[in-house]
Amino acid sequence: MSILINRNTRVITQGITGKTGQFHTEKCQEYANGKACYVAGVNPKKAGESIFGIPIYATVKEAAAQTGATVSVIYVPPPGAAAAIWEAVEADLDLVICITEGIPVRDMLELRNLQRLKAAAGGKTTLLLGPNCPGLITPDEIKIGIMPGHIHRKGRIGVVSRSGTLTYEAVGQLTEIGLGQSSAVGIGGDPINGLKHIDIMKMFNDDAETDAVVMIGEIGGPDEADAAQWCKTHMKKPVVGFIAGVTAPAGKRMGHAGALISGGADTAEAKLAIMEECGFKVTRNPSEMAKLLKSLL
Amino acid sequence: MKIHEYQAKELLRKFGVNVPRGIFCPTVNDAVKATETLGGKVWVVKAQIHAGGRGKGGGVKVAKSPQQVREYAQQILGMQLVTHQTGPEGQKVRRLLVEEGADIRKEYYFAVLTDRRTQKVAVMASSEGGMDIEEVAHSTPEKIITVLVDPADGLTDAQARKLAAGIGVPAASRASAVRAFKGVYTCFWASDATLAEINPLILEGGVDGRPGEIKALDAKFTFDDNALYRQPEIFAYRDLDEEDPNEIEASKFGLAYISLDGNIGCLVNGAGLAMATMDTIKLFGAEPANFLDVGGGASTEKVTEAFKIMLKNSNVKGILVNIFGGIMKCDTIADGVIEAVRQTHLKVPLVVRMKGTNEELGKQILRDSGLPIISADTMADAAAKIVAAVE
Repeated sequence: MSILINRNTRVITQGITGKTGQFHTEKCQEYANGKACYVAGVNPKKAGESIFGIPIYATVKEAAAQTGATVSVIYVPPPGAAAAIWEAVEADLDLVICITEGIPVRDMLELRNLQRLKAAAGGKTTLLLGPNCPGLITPDEIKIGIMPGHIHRKGRIGVVSRSGTLTYEAVGQLTEIGLGQSSAVGIGGDPINGLKHIDIMKMFNDDAETDAVVMIGEIGGPDEADAAQWCKTHMKKPVVGFIAGVTAPAGKRMGHAGALISGGADTAEAKLAIMEECGFKVTRNPSEMAKLLKSLL
Repeated sequence: MKIHEYQAKELLRKFGVNVPRGIFCPTVNDAVKATETLGGKVWVVKAQIHAGGRGKGGGVKVAKSPQQVREYAQQILGMQLVTHQTGPEGQKVRRLLVEEGADIRKEYYFAVLTDRRTQKVAVMASSEGGMDIEEVAHSTPEKIITVLVDPADGLTDAQARKLAAGIGVPAASRASAVRAFKGVYTCFWASDATLAEINPLILEGGVDGRPGEIKALDAKFTFDDNALYRQPEIFAYRDLDEEDPNEIEASKFGLAYISLDGNIGCLVNGAGLAMATMDTIKLFGAEPANFLDVGGGASTEKVTEAFKIMLKNSNVKGILVNIFGGIMKCDTIADGVIEAVRQTHLKVPLVVRMKGTNEELGKQILRDSGLPIISADTMADAAAKIVAAVE
């Protein structure tokens, strides 16, 4: 098992011919079952051509129809990225992973509204991961995104985080002490995004091949607290929690567009307190995430 | 990005929102001249800085004669205005706004902002104008009315009327309130704002059941940095004097940098890991001097510039580099660090922690450099070592 993706997932790459898209598509192809997983690219101007042996189609709909792919990954630059997500949603894919950083908030608000309207009209719901995220990986099966594949090991620990390198840090620690990962998911650092901590926690809870979870958050927004509240009554597995940004000043955007303290309930201290209250084992020392998790098994 | 009050009001006027007549004044003489242009008997002299809380800090004064306007303008222009948002050193006042006095019958609060939980636009209004809204939310939350707006519909008449009635705008003045609310909302949406806050929004006139006029007496906007590429008019409002020069310099090199109060400089790849590194420094008894994310694909040039920017802060007594090599290789970073140390003639202790792709090669390069670079295995180890080295 694992969550969201596995060796049988078939992927369309939107923005496959751009510099970033090319670079990461090659790395993803090299990883585990990647050669078989990456079956289509999209670029209306280059339809009929191919790149790295992957055929390029004019539209996502056509790519999905021709290959049976149900997932897409997006490396399209910010001005066109929200439209690229919507194209994948209109093609009724299961899951869209948007790596692009720097999409305007207004574009995301419009997109999320369109997605709500589609769902309300009885249309298929396409899950969105990101934007501004590293993607996700099921070790030894498939990697979709920009994370370094070699630090991962197959195993039974789930990892979910907003940030890229902080996810790698957690994964690196786990691998080092002999704990592999079922799936590692980066949900992204933008204020308006798709899947949230709570959604990923639900999936890990239901996944028979996940024994425990590391949940990493940061300052800004209500997501970590919402997830913790859900876990309090529903989560059957041990969770280690960490929140980055205890030292972050209020009102300053800390790199990620979403990492901004604006109220009081969205500080690192407030989130750590809620997580602790909801039964997480929290640590203030990010070097100890894996060690703490091991002590719970 | 933030803008000044006078710019925000100019913007609001374009969207049909009533604001007091006012004139932007870079000098004291301009301020005095403004009294003639505006006419009337009462004028308000307002310091223009990006931080809030200007009134309490002495940056807003009501004058009853042109002579008084001159006195206040002289006092305020050039002062270091300290508010709860500027920090103890304050912000230098370089611009003034002189406005006609307002006949305030009632003060309200009005704001438009992005709501992360519902992924809609939240429009908030309160009868408690002129107060700190966080205080109102804490003590009397029932006095804040919120409606959630679907982007496809915009703020509807029904929603605007609900807000106006909910905060007690007199019936005869509600049409004016609805126009103001819809104007601010449209302005927020069209200009890619993430926050528009009008505090206070006032009712002028409207005695004896006659219709009054709703006006924005103050205006604060924050815009989405990711959307500035398509908002040239907003971007033209940018005032570099209001920003930290080091942050501006850093952004030219694609570095996200924020000055902080501590004495350990830190250079990290990734925003989340950068915050985690700062937190670890604190955990080991010191304070970070900055947030610095070198981003993906850091070149030798980028690392060198990052060192230069960190070292401009004279409080920096040591530097911690924490890199998780993924796509970015540790040996590339090691080369960059060595170059940076040489170019900046680094005098303070330096701890480097590298992990991930080509980790051993990177560590070897640092060892072979012959430079006094302290190597660390974990973030905690790195923090402990830099704190010890600084003490």
